[in-house]
Amino acid sequence: MNEIFNEMYADGDTVRTHYSPYSDWLAATAPDRIREKLVEADALFRRAGITFAVYGDETGTERLIPFDIVPRIIPAAEWEFLQRGLRQRVTALNAFLHDVYHDQEILRAGRIPAEQVLCNVQYRPEMQGIDVPMDVYAHIAGIDLVRAGAGEYYVLEDNLRVPSGVSYMLEDRKAMMRLFPELFARYNVAPVEHYPDLLLETLRSVAPAGVRDPTVVLLTPGAHNSAYFEHAFLAQQMGIELVEGQDLFVDDEIVYMRTTQGPRRVDVIYRRIDDDFIDPLAFRPDSMLGVPGLLTAYRAGRVTISNAVGTGIADDKSTYPYVPEMIRFYLGEEPVLANVPTWILRRPEDLAYVLGHLDELVVKEVHGAGGYGMLIGPRASRAEIEEFRTRIVADPARYIAQPTLALSSCPTFVDSGLAPRHVDLRPFVLSGRDVVMVPGGLTRVALREGSLVVNSSQGGGTKDTWILAC
Amino acid sequence: MLSRTADHLYWMARYTERAENLARMLDVNCRMTLLRQEEDVVRRRWTSTLATVGQLEPFLAARGTVSQSAAIDWISFERSNPGSIEQCLDRARENAHAVRGTLTSETWETLNSTWLEIRGFRRDTVSAQALANFFEWVKFRSHLARGVIQGTMLHDDALDFTWLGTYLERADNTARILDARFEMLAEDAANSDDAGDYYEWSALLRSVSAFEIYRKVYRDLITPRRVAELLILRESMPRALRHCMSRVHQVLVKVANDRSTETLRRAGEIDASLQYGRIDDMLATGLRRYLSHFLSRTGDLGTRIASDFLVSDATG
Repeated sequence: MNEIFNEMYADGDTVRTHYSPYSDWLAATAPDRIREKLVEADALFRRAGITFAVYGDETGTERLIPFDIVPRIIPAAEWEFLQRGLRQRVTALNAFLHDVYHDQEILRAGRIPAEQVLCNVQYRPEMQGIDVPMDVYAHIAGIDLVRAGAGEYYVLEDNLRVPSGVSYMLEDRKAMMRLFPELFARYNVAPVEHYPDLLLETLRSVAPAGVRDPTVVLLTPGAHNSAYFEHAFLAQQMGIELVEGQDLFVDDEIVYMRTTQGPRRVDVIYRRIDDDFIDPLAFRPDSMLGVPGLLTAYRAGRVTISNAVGTGIADDKSTYPYVPEMIRFYLGEEPVLANVPTWILRRPEDLAYVLGHLDELVVKEVHGAGGYGMLIGPRASRAEIEEFRTRIVADPARYIAQPTLALSSCPTFVDSGLAPRHVDLRPFVLSGRDVVMVPGGLTRVALREGSLVVNSSQGGGTKDTWILAC
Repeated sequence: MLSRTADHLYWMARYTERAENLARMLDVNCRMTLLRQEEDVVRRRWTSTLATVGQLEPFLAARGTVSQSAAIDWISFERSNPGSIEQCLDRARENAHAVRGTLTSETWETLNSTWLEIRGFRRDTVSAQALANFFEWVKFRSHLARGVIQGTMLHDDALDFTWLGTYLERADNTARILDARFEMLAEDAANSDDAGDYYEWSALLRSVSAFEIYRKVYRDLITPRRVAELLILRESMPRALRHCMSRVHQVLVKVANDRSTETLRRAGEIDASLQYGRIDDMLATGLRRYLSHFLSRTGDLGTRIASDFLVSDATG
């Protein structure tokens, strides 16, 4: 897996067919004009306040997520394949969640070790035996895909709790259309702008049974959250109220919001707050963000929480290696999308292998997120490796290991001009009455040369993603 | 709509309006001091201005003695002063940020740009010309915000609470400006000449964009009685107390809920007293007494609006 797949060039200078109109345009466009457009793009994002707050930054400054103007282009046939795989994977993940919180057949069949699920902190006993509308738990799933050496796709991870980034997908498209309208004349790019409609439709479809015209709200931790821009953006695009915990209250197992005209009933809560914080009575008592009594109302089926409580058990990194098995078990199909080969360090033979190859592998903490708590062997110092080794030996079950994937790269504008930078892709899959998605997703790009970390909190940027219509 | 959302919109509007009126007051003061340079008059003017905006005590605590440049700096840019123009614009933006989903993107971008741009004004290089430009800029950002709100926002209760904040704040500010000016003039009355008076009154009118309006309405000499009548009782004058309170009353009728009956009654009472009031009666009882009573009534209205609509108790 050492070869790096370049999204634009087949080998050296040969431009891949689907990139050739772009390449022609680039060759015919003066570098100064591109520079101007970069400045314009920056102003556009800044004026619109498309920013994210950085945790641990004392000054409380808001930063722009760098936006790159070279699109990530994916041919129609490739997207067809990805879409099939995404639909299959998310369907299986939802089936797994329903099973785990009901009869646990997959555990009884021994396909996934029972203790691996039941002793996991992400397993929520509060959800055991609770029915959710349509049996769907992960209404919004962000599936991270990467491409390796020969251009083959892998699922890097499933995000089933509160996946974010979709607003950047939409804003990136808006910016590209504004900055480079002429490119859209050269390409037939599939639209993504209807995402908020699909999301609202999905959320309404999972309202508690019997509610005719459900009231949907988006629950945010507040204006100081790093993803607040996205919360406000989505609420506005869907035309629903953006609420904070203090705006909601529960009375006799019914959830209301406080309005200028008195209490108004709420049926579906699209929450952008982690499980731990949604109800101080049920989870963290120190949470100021949640709504006391919400879980009781939820368990009584009086309100839908989206994503459901307890989805973390399905996207936990220790569960990840078993997803192909879930697909076979629930759907009787072979997985369309491959997993990255993964060593499960709770297994002694895997542990032994990994400890002997730490300098080649990526080791991840199973509950880590955002690129934190991770060792990238080939880039780590001796000392870092040894420090990680001590941590692994102390608690092997907390870690998994994967080969260092040579993430595909895409030309990107950096200070020195156009240069290849590693990218991934996060499509957003919506599950309600149906499983739907808009063609595309968020392409994240690691802006530091050679870096494989695409997370915005660690210097990642974004690109518009073009799925070509057939 | 959510009580919290209404609260943010209301304060977004109040702070925007407040920043504008502060700029108006400062602008007129600066112009007046170009005319009359006696040091004690200038100091008294700025002392009175600081008192008008309720900032005299914190100013004296922080800066010691009153001077023109210190007062301008304090009211315009001082970050530790929650009532400075800079802080008002910061709070307007912060409130807008909290409800940006309720605002149109144009409205949000306008307030956000204002907030971004105020950093471009350097407080340490304040020539008279630069200051005039700054005050002008603040006024026009406020005009722009109002125009964008008017021209793009859905005419629903979000807009109602925005106007409620705008007009209540404006009524308060106009009353304060009048009060301060009448105080200065009363004290000066004994030793001022007519020309000085003329400039004082025309400055007051200009500070509320009423100079040309005065000419148009009265086509006559500027007299304190007419100035008071114009700025208190004239319905068609957009910064007059009557105009503002009539709008406040209208909005409260529209957004009324089952707790707001008394608030609505009090707003109606103020509105009616302005509608049927006579300037001679007000002058007879003493204009400053009238204005301070008015300010306490609008203050009370603000408190009642907050408890009826903006911060709900546990059961809504």
